[in-house]
Amino acid sequence: MTDRLELQGIARVFGTVRAVQNITLSIKEGQFLTLLGPSGCGKTTTLRLIAGFDAPDEGAIRIGGRIVADKRTFVPPEERRVGMVFQEYALFPHLSVADNVAFGLKGRHDVKQARVKAMLELVGLPHLSERMPQALSGGQQQRVALARALAPQPEILLLDEPFSNLDAALRLQVRAEVRSILRETGTTAIFVTHDQEEALSLSDKIAVMLNGTIAQFETPQQIYTHPISKAVAQFVGEANFVPAHASGTRASSALGDVTLLNPMLGAVELLVRPEMIHIDPAQEGVSAQILWSEYYGHQQRVGIRLADNTSLIVRTEAQIVYTLGQQVRIRVYAPLWAYRQV
Amino acid sequence: MQRSWTLALSEFVDSVVPPSSSWRLNAPWMRGFSRFWGLYLISGLIVAVVILPVLYLILRGADAGAEGLNYLMRPRTLTIVSNSLALVIAVMVSAAAIGVPFAWLTTRSNLPFRRAWLVVGLLPMVIPSYIGAITFVAVFGPVGAAQQLLAPFGIERLPDIYGFFGAWLCLTLFTYPYFMLPVRAALLNCDPAIEEAAHSLGLSRWQVFWRVTLPILRPALMAGAIMTALYTLSDFGAVMVMRYNAITRAIYVAYNSSFDRNRAALLALVLVALTVWLIWMEQRLLKKQRLYRTGIGTGRALRPVSLGVWMSPALLFMAVVISLGVLVPVGTLITWSLMPQVSSGVNVNLVELGVNAMSVSGMAALVVGLVALPIALLGARHSTRLARMITGLSYLGNVLPGLVIGLALVFFAANALPTFYQTMPLLILGYAIRFLPYSVTSTRSVLAQMNTALDDAARSLGLRPREVVRRVTMPLARAGIVGGMAMVFLSAMKELPTTLLLAPIGFKTLATRIWTAQESASLSLIGIPGLLLMAVSCGALALLLWRDEQSQR
Repeated sequence: MTDRLELQGIARVFGTVRAVQNITLSIKEGQFLTLLGPSGCGKTTTLRLIAGFDAPDEGAIRIGGRIVADKRTFVPPEERRVGMVFQEYALFPHLSVADNVAFGLKGRHDVKQARVKAMLELVGLPHLSERMPQALSGGQQQRVALARALAPQPEILLLDEPFSNLDAALRLQVRAEVRSILRETGTTAIFVTHDQEEALSLSDKIAVMLNGTIAQFETPQQIYTHPISKAVAQFVGEANFVPAHASGTRASSALGDVTLLNPMLGAVELLVRPEMIHIDPAQEGVSAQILWSEYYGHQQRVGIRLADNTSLIVRTEAQIVYTLGQQVRIRVYAPLWAYRQV
Repeated sequence: MQRSWTLALSEFVDSVVPPSSSWRLNAPWMRGFSRFWGLYLISGLIVAVVILPVLYLILRGADAGAEGLNYLMRPRTLTIVSNSLALVIAVMVSAAAIGVPFAWLTTRSNLPFRRAWLVVGLLPMVIPSYIGAITFVAVFGPVGAAQQLLAPFGIERLPDIYGFFGAWLCLTLFTYPYFMLPVRAALLNCDPAIEEAAHSLGLSRWQVFWRVTLPILRPALMAGAIMTALYTLSDFGAVMVMRYNAITRAIYVAYNSSFDRNRAALLALVLVALTVWLIWMEQRLLKKQRLYRTGIGTGRALRPVSLGVWMSPALLFMAVVISLGVLVPVGTLITWSLMPQVSSGVNVNLVELGVNAMSVSGMAALVVGLVALPIALLGARHSTRLARMITGLSYLGNVLPGLVIGLALVFFAANALPTFYQTMPLLILGYAIRFLPYSVTSTRSVLAQMNTALDDAARSLGLRPREVVRRVTMPLARAGIVGGMAMVFLSAMKELPTTLLLAPIGFKTLATRIWTAQESASLSLIGIPGLLLMAVSCGALALLLWRDEQSQR
């Protein structure tokens, strides 16, 4: 089966700045892909290239097997059947909700009306069809923007930081709703975000972008447990790095003897996620001192210092209260991912 | 053949109305601004028409060569120029001296009925300078009402209203609102926390005013100063009625005497040079950004300053200003309109005058509304040097005095396009050149406020660029376009100097009627047209204030 979207060797240059370089990825029908990266990494540029608001300097873009952009061809955005939900929603202020949703539809009036009604019911806002966008809350505007983009049945839906304008409390709920709506309609979706939690929870595949290139393009689980570089490890989730000496599948470090996921030899750095460090009540393991703790209700984050002065961050259950300076013992059970030390 | 024409036309249209987001095709010939060549072409042509008459004037002046330079260096000419400059400086100072306290009193003090005082205080803006000057001469002149009132008290002669004093008085009273508006806006936007911080650092109320508030007001003061300076420099009505020998009056006198038309052109060029210099100064001095708020600021309202013992003097001051600036002109006009309409034989048909004025102003508004759109699109969406130059040149018509525009068109038409001389199209062209900037700024600000993502959203939903304009840009810009057209209509209705020079023989508007009535001292005929024009002006002011409010939302 042909991929729904395929990018090959895409590059875009602004003057002397290479905004994106060597972008290659593909996505199958019905999948969710997230472009994840810090601001300035080129993810929005890539999104605009896919949408057709910009043309690549190198490489080719194919949608549903058809070339939409390369050295000789350029299909303008209105012919690509790529829908987009903008960060600021961009609802037309002079049109009602129903007219906004109907904007991209063509054909007979009654057919259009039926589709508008179906879309508004899908996003849960059938009672707001005659309202003006200015009278809606942020969450409602976002849902109208989604309905509008989905109404013409696009081949791909692009979402540019769609949840960043919502307050934190709303975000989780809206995210879940959007995900279920898109699954229900079988939409192929590409998200752009800098929020790694969002990326991990929403996507089938994540493309981590750093400095204009794709650092890693895999499933969320792979990226979290086997990040290809220290930069990716630090950007996706929290990371402690502990130096160690590896001999095959075992290594010795300040945390004691550990098992490695990837066999290595010589000086390495171990990736230790905060939740992997267990503070042992039975007082077995390596000794450490509590530096600080942050209470989050369901969890707590604790800063500890090992005997060799290495500082680490630990995530653990919140019931036990630690005091400043308290001596504890820690153990790491899981096998760890290691990087060659440079 | 048919297909290639329609293809070319659609390509042209697509290049005029491109998407706001920048994108380009890979083909080299489509790179850069050449993608929007249609828009640049149309705007360039329009602006060329705007500056053509003035360019012609410059050429005519340059033609005069050494002889022209001699004329300009004569003491008489230098006197005229210094007359104008003296008036400008005097008016700027006095208008500020009235406008700034007035603005402060109606914004920051605990004066009762502040809003009412504000509205009434702005009313003098509504009075066209020629009408105001006529009423002043009638009231304060040698045989005026004031003289008659005061004669029994033994005051034989009032100080001469004509000349510098009268011109200065009139222009001060009708331009001080130009200080009020920006100063008021600045005071309203001022973060009260700034002054509170100054107080907490130990400054007294006076010190806070001098060291904190006044510096913050600087951009507003400069804006007011520029507007009053431009208004005074280019003023025709007050200067003519008061018989003060400023540049505009000298130009008109020279124009009317058939020997001196070249001299009129030379003097006009001097005026243009002074105006351009003023604008250049403004650009240089206004480099600073808004000083009202650093950071987000508080949402607190300002606490009114108690006037205490200064309340009575303040009220007296405002009462005097308003009596002179509003009651004298309006009262006189009302008195005249109630007098029996003694005409000097000519049948005064107000309806015909009104219809004339409205039809030519309406046509000018339509022309300007259409023509402003490409320039507004260019100004709002493109920031290349060429775009900025084209947009900047389109403002030329409003900056130059109406007399100069009229004069330039007269010379241009008489020599280059004789068939158009003294015809309606030429008059409409004159209005269009003068008032184009109203429509451009109005449309442009609406376009600039539009979220550019709207264009992208429309295209992602399958609309072609010209459909985007039709279904998204135009509906949203409509309010701005209509507002701009209304401003043009209202400004053209009360315009005088351009009309005097360009109107076809026998074509009279309300404004020209007032002018001829004034020349023949048939004061009773001025009453009703004067009141009508003031009503029209009120409409323009209301529109201006309403749009200002809208854009602050």
